[in-house]
Amino acid sequence: MPPTIYLLKAMAVPIRYNFRNLLVRKGTTAMTALGIALTVTTAIFIMALLAGLREAFATTGDPRNVLVLRKGSTSELSAGGVSREAAQVLKTLPGIATDHHGEPMVSGEDILLINLPRKDGSGEVNVTVRFLSPVGIAMRPRVKLLTGRWFAPGHREVTVSQSINNRFKHANIGDQITIGNGTWDVVGLFDAGGSAHESEIWGDVNQLGIDFQREIFSSVLIRATDPGAAQLLQSQVRDDQRLKLNPMSEPDYYASQSNSGAPIKFVGTIVAILMAIGSCFAAMNTMYAAVVNRAKEIAVLRVMGFSQASIMSSFVLESLLLSFLGALAGITLMLPFNGMSTGTSNSKTFSELVFNLRMTPGVVGVAMIFALSMGLLGGFGPAWHAARQNIVEGLRD
Amino acid sequence: MNLLNIVAKNASRNQRRSTLTVLSIAFGLLLLTVMMTIWRAFYIDRAGEESSHRLITRHKVSMAFLLPAFYRDKIRSLPGVKHAVNETWFGGQYKDDRPENFFAQFGTDPQEYLQVFPEFQMPPDQLLAWQHDRAGCIVDSDLAKKHGWKVGDRIYIKGTVWPVDLDLTIRGIFTAPTPAEALLFNNEYLEEGFPTVKGRVGWFEVLADSAADVPRVAEEIDAQFRNATRPTKTETEKAFQLDYIAMLGNVKAFLLSICGAVVFATLLVSANTMAMSIRERTREVAVLKALGFTRGAVLWLFVSEAITLALAGGVLGTFAAWGLVSVMAHSPQLALLFIGVRITLPTVLAGLMVAAILGLASAFVPAYNASRKNIVDGLRYVG
Repeated sequence: MPPTIYLLKAMAVPIRYNFRNLLVRKGTTAMTALGIALTVTTAIFIMALLAGLREAFATTGDPRNVLVLRKGSTSELSAGGVSREAAQVLKTLPGIATDHHGEPMVSGEDILLINLPRKDGSGEVNVTVRFLSPVGIAMRPRVKLLTGRWFAPGHREVTVSQSINNRFKHANIGDQITIGNGTWDVVGLFDAGGSAHESEIWGDVNQLGIDFQREIFSSVLIRATDPGAAQLLQSQVRDDQRLKLNPMSEPDYYASQSNSGAPIKFVGTIVAILMAIGSCFAAMNTMYAAVVNRAKEIAVLRVMGFSQASIMSSFVLESLLLSFLGALAGITLMLPFNGMSTGTSNSKTFSELVFNLRMTPGVVGVAMIFALSMGLLGGFGPAWHAARQNIVEGLRD
Repeated sequence: MNLLNIVAKNASRNQRRSTLTVLSIAFGLLLLTVMMTIWRAFYIDRAGEESSHRLITRHKVSMAFLLPAFYRDKIRSLPGVKHAVNETWFGGQYKDDRPENFFAQFGTDPQEYLQVFPEFQMPPDQLLAWQHDRAGCIVDSDLAKKHGWKVGDRIYIKGTVWPVDLDLTIRGIFTAPTPAEALLFNNEYLEEGFPTVKGRVGWFEVLADSAADVPRVAEEIDAQFRNATRPTKTETEKAFQLDYIAMLGNVKAFLLSICGAVVFATLLVSANTMAMSIRERTREVAVLKALGFTRGAVLWLFVSEAITLALAGGVLGTFAAWGLVSVMAHSPQLALLFIGVRITLPTVLAGLMVAAILGLASAFVPAYNASRKNIVDGLRYVG
């Protein structure tokens, strides 16, 4: 065997060959790639929704914070709550952090739902209003005032999150919001840094207590000096028989709400998988046509000395290239939607949960792998067929 | 050999390609049919006759707020109202907090409940037993089957929304036209365990005399409580469900964009296949035309081949969709959303229609070009 042929046997078919082939059949290439792109777009859309939802809950809560509910309750919206006396007891527990005024960081809070019309006209939905005191604001450093000012204690005033302001009518500075029988003025907008408080309106807890004659808080948020002390505080509150309270770490409480995305996840997974299988068949079809059309070329390559393995890998590579093009197109198509804000129903409070579409590097990476596996699965059969075809028959064709 | 024969032979001569195309279209149509079924279940389907006579009166702001129990008598005394019964969401845990063990529990009044829901069938002796046992409950037959319950069984439900645990005995099992997956117990049990809630209930289910009375009754109920401390919002059962779906987000846009992507992707697949196979047959077309086939006949030949393939995919797809929808209707994660959802004949027909149109659209341009090609050029053509 002459040395050049020896060399060819071990050599791969140049990748330029695949590029050119895709280019020659540009119509077919474009259609197949676009089909894959649509599948990738759908998959990214769903993954970005879920990533945004996860982010909203994962970024809410400080490991030093402990959320206290009444015993047996798992949601701030449950009937019954923490009495003002119990909240006073919590202030005296050891391990509680103090703010720079020397006050214990314990925030008695109340949750109410109000009805607001969505701006896009898709109806009126419930929005969570959280009533708290200035110390409660300080315990959530992620939440920052954007414009206007914070509600003043002792006044019927609320500060609204930027996302709620974007999605709902009647939530601009200067507007009035009806809560119970009173009207509350919107005096400012805050940014919650993508956390779950993005879906909330905040007002003064003492004013609410007076208006509604509330004798209890729905929840009390307490800050421990460090995460270790938070653990101790939790067991201490849980074991105190006279308090009858259910403490939990604040990050855990919010993490448990991320199952709000379960319907999207379930439907989305089915959609993505079915579309992927369909695209896989389409890619297979295109690749089979490519192999059959190029029977003679393949035979020539074999005669020149390229091995079966290099023919096989060449065609798999071509299919991967095709799906890579599709993935790129799909990712580009979805880019304008990155960061778009949308809403769904919170599984714990049955109120609007605002979150943003997030095309994280993870989402894009998974989408790429998803597309390449379509290419791999679609290209394998045709490539196998190409590598094993009879050389003599191919040349005669 | 008539033209249909040629179509059949042509469709089956490259069997691998046809199979792949049919399968690809089938998956597209499967998805499309499922999405259309969800759309239909959410926005179009009406439950039975009784449902159109029934209204729900709840707190104007949110179902999470309670209403005074005395509203019930006021509602019942309005003209056009046949029955009204209170319901309160209990939302407790059975066994553990896994989603497959979750089902709805409502506190209600056993004396009037089944009169508001006449479509729920239960033996009269079981109803009597429930009415006489304050710690009794009734369950839907689907739910009973799922958990293997029978009349006389004890059920323990841990309260999470309410600081009360329920220790109930099943007194009756009812069958509903669409599975309700619900447990109903006497609301007095809840009031005894948690006296704070006495005199307050979740919402009212109201049965009107006729469907024509429904809008007027809704208006009159809300007018009556407009200036009360707890104003109400009354709407039909269907409108109430739509409110619930609206809470999930922009479901319409979500479903529509998926449908659009699927249809377009399927069109691409089908068009690609047809373009490939028509190009391969350029010489044949010239031969057919030389034999005297008209342009129209050639066009028709290709278009009907594409429609045949697309319809085959459509039939396969809708059949698979039927299976998938029944899986979804029984999945614990989606139990609340998809209870009783099934595929209807109009949905299947619409799916097949879409498939046929896809076939037509995908073949038309390449077939038209092929039919117009000059015979001499065609005969000279080498693939």
